[in-house]
Amino acid sequence: MTQASASDAPRRSAWRKSMRVLVPPVLLVVLLLAAAVAATIGAAGIPIGRIVAAFGLAPGNPALVDRDWLVLWSIRLPRIALAIIIGGLLATCGAVMQGLFRNPLADPALVGVSSGAGLAAAGIIVVGDRYLASTGVTLPIEALPLAAFVGALLTTMILYRIATREGRTSVAMFLLGGLAIAALANAGLGLLVFLADDRQLRDINFWMLGSLSGATWAKVGAIAPFLVALACVLPFIARGLDLLVLGEMEAFHAGVSVERLKRTCVVLVAAAAGAAVSVSGVIGFVGLVVPHLLRLLIGPGHRLLLPTAALLGAALLVIADTFARTLAAPAELPIGIVTAVIGAPFFLYLLLRQRALLGP
Amino acid sequence: MNPVLAATSISVRIGGKTLLDDVSLSLGFGEIVALVGPNGAGKSTLLRVLSGDLAPHAGTVRLNGRTLASYGPRALAGRRAVLSQSLNVAFPFTVAEIVRMGAGDGRGRRIDDLVEAALAEVDLGNFHERVITTLSGGEQQRAHFARVLVQLACGEAAHGPGLLLLDEPTANLDLRHQLDVMAAASARAARGVTVVAILHDLNLAALLAKRIVVLDHGRIDSDGEPGRVITDAMLERVLGVANAVGRTPAEGTPFVLPHAARKLLPGKS
Repeated sequence: MTQASASDAPRRSAWRKSMRVLVPPVLLVVLLLAAAVAATIGAAGIPIGRIVAAFGLAPGNPALVDRDWLVLWSIRLPRIALAIIIGGLLATCGAVMQGLFRNPLADPALVGVSSGAGLAAAGIIVVGDRYLASTGVTLPIEALPLAAFVGALLTTMILYRIATREGRTSVAMFLLGGLAIAALANAGLGLLVFLADDRQLRDINFWMLGSLSGATWAKVGAIAPFLVALACVLPFIARGLDLLVLGEMEAFHAGVSVERLKRTCVVLVAAAAGAAVSVSGVIGFVGLVVPHLLRLLIGPGHRLLLPTAALLGAALLVIADTFARTLAAPAELPIGIVTAVIGAPFFLYLLLRQRALLGP
Repeated sequence: MNPVLAATSISVRIGGKTLLDDVSLSLGFGEIVALVGPNGAGKSTLLRVLSGDLAPHAGTVRLNGRTLASYGPRALAGRRAVLSQSLNVAFPFTVAEIVRMGAGDGRGRRIDDLVEAALAEVDLGNFHERVITTLSGGEQQRAHFARVLVQLACGEAAHGPGLLLLDEPTANLDLRHQLDVMAAASARAARGVTVVAILHDLNLAALLAKRIVVLDHGRIDSDGEPGRVITDAMLERVLGVANAVGRTPAEGTPFVLPHAARKLLPGKS
C-alpha cells in the first residue's frame, strides 16, 4: 500500500501542477458564464442577444433595448454584483477561518459568527425602531453593517478563546463551542422575533435565512470596499497561514508574528462575515465547501487558495442565487436554503472523513 | 570568547508550580549539549525559554549578547531553529511543501538545492510529493527535521552559524534514523552551530554530546562531560535507579544498561 501511494505521487504531483495553472483562468470563465446566464434568466427573460444589444454592443429594437436595459441595470446587474461580492467574501472568510483555526470544518455560518452578526443587526433593527424612533433619533445607514461587524468580531474572539489553549486548537472544542455560540445567538434572535412587530419580523426573518433580494447599487457600493480591502491584505497573510498549519509555536519559530497574524485574521473574518451578513443575511456553507474543493484541486497553499476561493465562491453564489430566483418562481426561495441543501450533506461527508481527528 | 547563548537565573512558575528554579546555562560557538532528566524535570520548559516561546518570570536569555525579547520573530528565526515534539499538520501539504516552509519567502535554485539536500539527509529522498498526513509518525518527524535544517541553513547564509534546539528529536525514530539525526546535529555543530537537544536515551546523549546537563525538579543537578555526569550516583539521585552504568573498555565512555539496573525503594532515592 505504501508503495502504491509512493508510485502515485509523481502523477498526482503533475496533476496538481497543471491544476494550479488551469484553475484560476477556468474559474474566471465559469464566473463570467454564470453571470451571463444569470442575467438572461428571470421574471422577464432576456435572451443573450438582447443583452448584448442592451449594452449597446449590437443593434437592436430600440423599444426593447430601453426596457431590457432598465431590467438589467436596476434589478439584475446589482443582484449579480452583490452575489459575486458576497460569495467572494464568504468563501475567503471561510478559507481564512480554516487556516486560523487549523481546521477544515470552519465556516462563518456554521460556528455562529454569522449568527452573531445577524443578532447584532437584528438588535439594531428592533431597538432602533422601538426605542429610538419615538425619541426622533434615526440611526445612520452605516449602523447596520457596523453592528454586524461588531457582532461577528465578538463571536470570533469568543470562539478563539474557547477553542485554543496554549497555541493548540481543539477541533471538538471549536465545533462544540461554535454550536453553543450559534445556539445562544439564535436564542437572542428568537427573543427579538418575539418582541418584533410584523414589519420588523419580515426584516429579521431575512437575516436568519439569507436573501439577495432587494439588491441595489447602493448596497453593492457599501460592501465592495470590504472585498477590495480583503484582496489587498490576503497576500500578506498567506505565508503566515501556511506556517500556522504547523501550530502557533512552530509558526513563531519559523519567524511569523503569530499574535499580529491572529489579530489580522480575526478582524478580516469579522469584517468579511459582518459585511456579507449586513446585506444578505446568514448564508451558510459557502465558506465551508469552496476552500475544501479547491484544496483537492490545487493543494492547501494559501497563496493560491485564498484568491481562487474568492472566484469560486463568487461563481457558486451567482449560480445558487439564480436557482433561488427561479425554482419557485414567481416566489423566491431564501438563498440560505439553497446553499444549505448543497452544503449540509457535504459537511456530513467532511465530518465522516475527519473522524480520526475528532476521536470515536 | 563570549557565549552564543547565555541564560542567567531563569525561573518559571505556572499556576503556582515552579517549573524552573534559578537555572543558568551558557553555551559556546559550535557546542553540542544534551539536556537529560526525568519526566517533568523542566527540560521542555527550559527549551521553550531558550527558544523565546516562553518569557521567564525571572532571569534573562541572551543570544549573541542581545536579549531574546529584543529580537523580532523574523530576526530570531534567522538565528535559531527549533524542532518541536509531536506536530500535527491539519491540511494535506506535501513533504516538499513542508520542508520548503523552512526557507520563508526564499525561492530559486539555491533553496531547491537546500530542500533536496535536507530531504536526502533525513532519508526522505523519494517522499517529495507524499502528503504529510499520510506518513508514519517517525517519517513526519523526519520531514519536520528537514524543514528545521533548511531554516537553519538559510539563517546561516544570512547571519552565520546559529542555534539549533531539538526537543526529543529521536523519540519516534528507529535506530538507524536516530543515528542519522545525531550525525546531522554533529555535522552542524562541527560547522559552528550551537546545538541543544533534549534526549531520554542516556546512551545517545553520551554518544552525541561533549557536555550533558542534567535537570531535576526544575534545577540543574549536574553539568559536564558524559564520563563525569553519567554515574551510578547521578542515576540514583535523579532517576531512582541503581547499578545501571557501565564503561566501554577502550575510551571509558559511559553506557546505561537497563538489564543491570535495579529500582530503588521509595524513600531511599
